[in-house]
Amino acid sequence: MINYTENIRKISSDLLKSGKVDVVIGYKSGTLPGVNEPFLAKTPEDADKLVWDSQCRLNLANYLTHRKDKVGIVAKGCDSRNINTHIVERRISREQVTVIGVPCTGMTDKTRLKELAGGDILTLTEAGGKITVKTAKGEKTADKNDLLQDNCIRCLHRNPVINDIPAADPVPEVNTTRNNDAIEKIEAMSADERWAFFDDLLSGCTRCYACKNACPLCYCPTCFVDESRPQWVGKGDDPVDVRTYHTLRAFHCAGRCTDCGACEAACPMNIKVRLLTGKLEKSCYERFGWEAGMTSDVRPALDTFTTHDPEEFIK
Amino acid sequence: MKIYHIDRESWVKGLAASAEVYQLVGPVREKDDFDFKVLDKGQMPDLTGTDTRLSPKALVFPKSEIMMTFSTDPNDPDCNIMKEAKKEYPKRAVIGIRPYDARALQILKMNYDNGDYQDPYFLNAYEAITFVGLAVNSPSSTDFSTSCGTGPFDEKGLDVLLVAAGEEGDFYAKILTDKGDAWAKAAGFSKEAGSDVSTRIEAMKKTAEEAISSKIAFDKIEKKTVLELFEADHWENTAFACINCGTCTYACPTCWCFDIQDENFGTKGVRIKNWDSCMTGLFTLHGSGHNPREHRYQRTRQRFMHKLKYFADKYGEGIMCVGCGRCVRQCPANIDIREICETMNK
Ligand code: SF4
Ligand code: SF4
Ligand code: SF4
Ligand code: SF4
Repeated sequence: MINYTENIRKISSDLLKSGKVDVVIGYKSGTLPGVNEPFLAKTPEDADKLVWDSQCRLNLANYLTHRKDKVGIVAKGCDSRNINTHIVERRISREQVTVIGVPCTGMTDKTRLKELAGGDILTLTEAGGKITVKTAKGEKTADKNDLLQDNCIRCLHRNPVINDIPAADPVPEVNTTRNNDAIEKIEAMSADERWAFFDDLLSGCTRCYACKNACPLCYCPTCFVDESRPQWVGKGDDPVDVRTYHTLRAFHCAGRCTDCGACEAACPMNIKVRLLTGKLEKSCYERFGWEAGMTSDVRPALDTFTTHDPEEFIK
Repeated sequence: MKIYHIDRESWVKGLAASAEVYQLVGPVREKDDFDFKVLDKGQMPDLTGTDTRLSPKALVFPKSEIMMTFSTDPNDPDCNIMKEAKKEYPKRAVIGIRPYDARALQILKMNYDNGDYQDPYFLNAYEAITFVGLAVNSPSSTDFSTSCGTGPFDEKGLDVLLVAAGEEGDFYAKILTDKGDAWAKAAGFSKEAGSDVSTRIEAMKKTAEEAISSKIAFDKIEKKTVLELFEADHWENTAFACINCGTCTYACPTCWCFDIQDENFGTKGVRIKNWDSCMTGLFTLHGSGHNPREHRYQRTRQRFMHKLKYFADKYGEGIMCVGCGRCVRQCPANIDIREICETMNK
């Protein structure tokens, strides 16, 4: 990880010095152990604050939207796919971005870290594929691979797919299967079971909208939940409105979601919102052989058509 | 005022006895964290966690609260008349609220009960509560309550202060108000603690306060003008990472913004007060389409200016933050009020 950080600093500093970019979007060290803060480096000195470790859970493509300047951006596999999506959807132009690609070995899940620690985490260190957390009661160490976020466990593209300046050599891809057990389990439920399952899943939601605001796909100038003339969705805690929000949000991500996990990482109530987007991602692959964000020149599945699209539903 | 010694057995019995007179509310495990809930008969509050994930503010300021009801049916004699919703405010005892959280509800009260406005919904709920607080013996690493005019043993917002006494499951209960005394009577607590108890509690308080390493200072913010702070050139940088979600405002015990909405089904309708957040764009969107807080950083700035400057200037009772650390722990982007306060206080 140190080597990633050093390389990112060097590359960023060079880019800023040469004027190839005006700013670099990356992470700086956070104020809490196990958290980093998205950061905009504007000078070569700023670049020295950039860091990289397994706690870079947000998706930095989210910070690219509507930028007018030349931007360097530190991107792991999934972030890079969202950069492609941004380019296809004209949120940013290809010429504007310089991707500093980070071959990723996965991000730690904040809840798994909390469980490992069993208390207030005072320090977190990472070395040789192990994570060590210290609490007032003592130290605990675990394999990073046992602490990964759900999306990282099943990641198929750890290496950035758009990568102007690699921050390190590619890492081996570890997954070969697209199986999504969590989604298959839901698919196997009866309608009533599924209803109850989703009701329980969403029951703690406060509608804080961290999930959508953390998502690079959610860039509409006015989100449907914020429409006020007329208003589309109630603002209270009525389950109908909560369901409406989640279902519509997920559908707006269909064929665009890269399963980066930023939404779940952001949710303070620990709600597994990827169980909604995961189904859509799976359908897009099964129906159209489509994986979001793999190139910057094909429009996403639900945004285009071909004459070969399955159309058995048209009777 | 008296200090009782309550052993484990009397505690269980006392809660059951007070439940005959009071609706008991306390922290319980909800999925993977704690939340304040009305306790079922015989259910004990779970006092093993330090802070509930969401603050206890929902007890006096629910996420969604029906204020009025109306009918638009022309055959209804009360057609088009807003009527105050009928609500019950049973006598409640909130067990295990943390001292700084109880102080936070007092801070909320300053906004909801002042010379200009009194919110009956808030006040009815607040007055119905007896606050039986639990002192924090082991403060979390993100607790900076002692810098915020409160602390792990603060008595200001409480009717009773419980202190976990060394022995397994025993408490000292320091009665602070008549309300607290009434609750202790209903619970049947009567065994007065030994004469050295005040000294023991003082010592525990000192230990807890000294265990807090996280501090903030806002002395210079007090002296600077609003405009100086508002127009400072750091805000865009400071707010860069913020995704303008409602995480911090919803978790915070002192954030009190609300949005009033009418909802109807057919000819029947309700007027609801919902939690709202100054972090969102819709919050300040005018009917004209103009938004005075058009940019994301302006909303982030608002949250911290309100907490650390406007509120303090308006009431002269310190900042609108009790240092519970919830927003620090839960922010997905690591926006840390302690760091922002430091920047503003330079
Ligand atoms: S929906 Fe979630 S997993 Fe999908 S792109 Fe958005 S933040 Fe990432
Ligand atoms: S982040 Fe979590 S609590 Fe907030 S709206 Fe999304 S699912 Fe609900
Ligand atoms: S400070 Fe953090 S929690 Fe608050 S709105 Fe910004 S990103 Fe969300
Ligand atoms: S601003 Fe943060 S630390 Fe202060 S009271 Fe609110 S949640 Fe707690």
